[in-house]
Amino acid sequence: MIKTILIDDEPLARSIVREYLQGYSEFEILQECSNGFEGVKAISEHQPDLIFLDIQMPKINGFEMLELIEQPPAVIFTTAFDEYAIKAFEAHAIDYLLKPFSKERFDKAMHSWLANRGNKVSAPLAESISTQPEEHSRIVVKKGNNIVIVPVQQIHFIEAYDDYVKIHTTDGFYLKKKTMSFYEKALDATQFVRVHRSYIMNLQELTRIEPLAKDSYLALLKNGTKIPLSQTGYAKLKGVLGI
Amino acid sequence: MFKSIPFALKVVITYLAWAIFCGLYQARTIARFGFSWDEALKDTAITQFIIAIACLTINKSLRVAKPTFKNLSGAFFQVLAITAFATMTQEALLEEVIKSINYNTFLKNALHIRGFYNGLMILLISIITWFWGYFRDQQESISRKEDAERLSREAELANLRQQLQPHFLFNSLNSISALVGSQPERARNMIQQLSDFLRGTLKKDDKQLITLKEELAHLQLYLDIEKVRFGHRLETAIHASDESLSLALPSLLLQPIVENAIKFGLYDTLDDIEIDLSARKENNYLIMEVKNPFDPTTASPKKGTGFGLQSVDRRLFLVYGQSSLLTIKQDGNTFITTLKIPQLA
Repeated sequence: MIKTILIDDEPLARSIVREYLQGYSEFEILQECSNGFEGVKAISEHQPDLIFLDIQMPKINGFEMLELIEQPPAVIFTTAFDEYAIKAFEAHAIDYLLKPFSKERFDKAMHSWLANRGNKVSAPLAESISTQPEEHSRIVVKKGNNIVIVPVQQIHFIEAYDDYVKIHTTDGFYLKKKTMSFYEKALDATQFVRVHRSYIMNLQELTRIEPLAKDSYLALLKNGTKIPLSQTGYAKLKGVLGI
Repeated sequence: MFKSIPFALKVVITYLAWAIFCGLYQARTIARFGFSWDEALKDTAITQFIIAIACLTINKSLRVAKPTFKNLSGAFFQVLAITAFATMTQEALLEEVIKSINYNTFLKNALHIRGFYNGLMILLISIITWFWGYFRDQQESISRKEDAERLSREAELANLRQQLQPHFLFNSLNSISALVGSQPERARNMIQQLSDFLRGTLKKDDKQLITLKEELAHLQLYLDIEKVRFGHRLETAIHASDESLSLALPSLLLQPIVENAIKFGLYDTLDDIEIDLSARKENNYLIMEVKNPFDPTTASPKKGTGFGLQSVDRRLFLVYGQSSLLTIKQDGNTFITTLKIPQLA
């Protein structure tokens, strides 16, 4: 049996996928989810082979949901928004079905997936999402079993941590499997500055800059944290602050 | 700017070619009168140099002043004045440079020819300048007109696109597609609602004022469709006082606001939501409030004042010439959009 999960906030939109899937006896729908939170839970519980995923959903959108899953299953996006197609294929989507889609179009997506199933997608899905990130106003993270939406204003600084980044906020830090350069690009450059190879700092949190030794400086944050500044980082910081 | 540099260069080269041609003819003529080539060339150089400066002056002046047909006499007077001045300057300079009695006699006797020639050259340049400026202005006004037309076409298109609300339309069609198989009666019903809604949207004029009663009837079609899409998650409540129903407002004003409230409510919370719309008369205003739940801890401020609200605010300003007829506020978990529609007596 091929395990699948439907994730869409509109019940009728799920029902049409269910109807189209009836012709595929080897498929089993394990669960239908009406938002990304349920989706994350259902995926970790059932480990499906394939999910049908809407993009615009309550609280977190389809892309944000995928970012929260360590080993994402194959994804077929179903949405009325054609402007996300490129982003979807960057996320290694199997296909991108534009609502309303016909049975023929659905079958085409299914057949091509069934034919290519053996070739596993190599790169983890979440990592490659949006190589050209649009400016983030929030970051969705997972803490234990909870999903937390962190508005970027609450971020103090971001620290490199092996394959992860540590996002330090008012309520402690969160781990996220992303790169420093991703967030350097994704966050508003007038507020967040890469001051060091391993640090991106929120300028709102800066209280002062202290000399450490000759040609080396530290940034002191409001909560007392000290962040080292690289030479280029120090120059960049001065540029953004206009000093 | 860069485009004009090669053109200016072309003009200069053309003028130089013309000046050299005239100059050579002038020098040859003077030499034939029995003067030395040295004297002839000096005469020519000074004459042409002064004419060039005079032409440049008249060209600059006419380009700035751009005389119309009515004040052509002013331009003509300028041409005469510059001609006179140029001729006198030539005479004075030539007298200084070429000191021979023979030449001096020739200079005095042929001064009227010199003046006439100067005048012709300056007049020619004036006419060219004037025509060139005239045609350029014409072209500019044509391209300005085209720009204005293009902008208004684009605005109209954007407006149309906005009215058609592709996402709403495609999602509704998807719902219909889902219903067709299992519940054809409901599908047919939804097609009817969608058609009525679209027809209402297309036929209404932006500037037209309609009663709240009509506007609410149109809104109800929209709400019914959204309720089919979102099922039990979406509830709506409309409270309009009896006297408010006959008050006037610009058509299709409420739908984008309610749409914004629905999106905000549905996408910012996981629970079932209720959208609450109330309308009443206060002083000489129709006051309407649309309330939707939201999550203040995660709502991004940008979303709250979405594009839909901005365009409504803009429309109200265009119709009534007053700003802040649309206001928003947050009250705990409730987001409230308030509209104040002035009632013209």
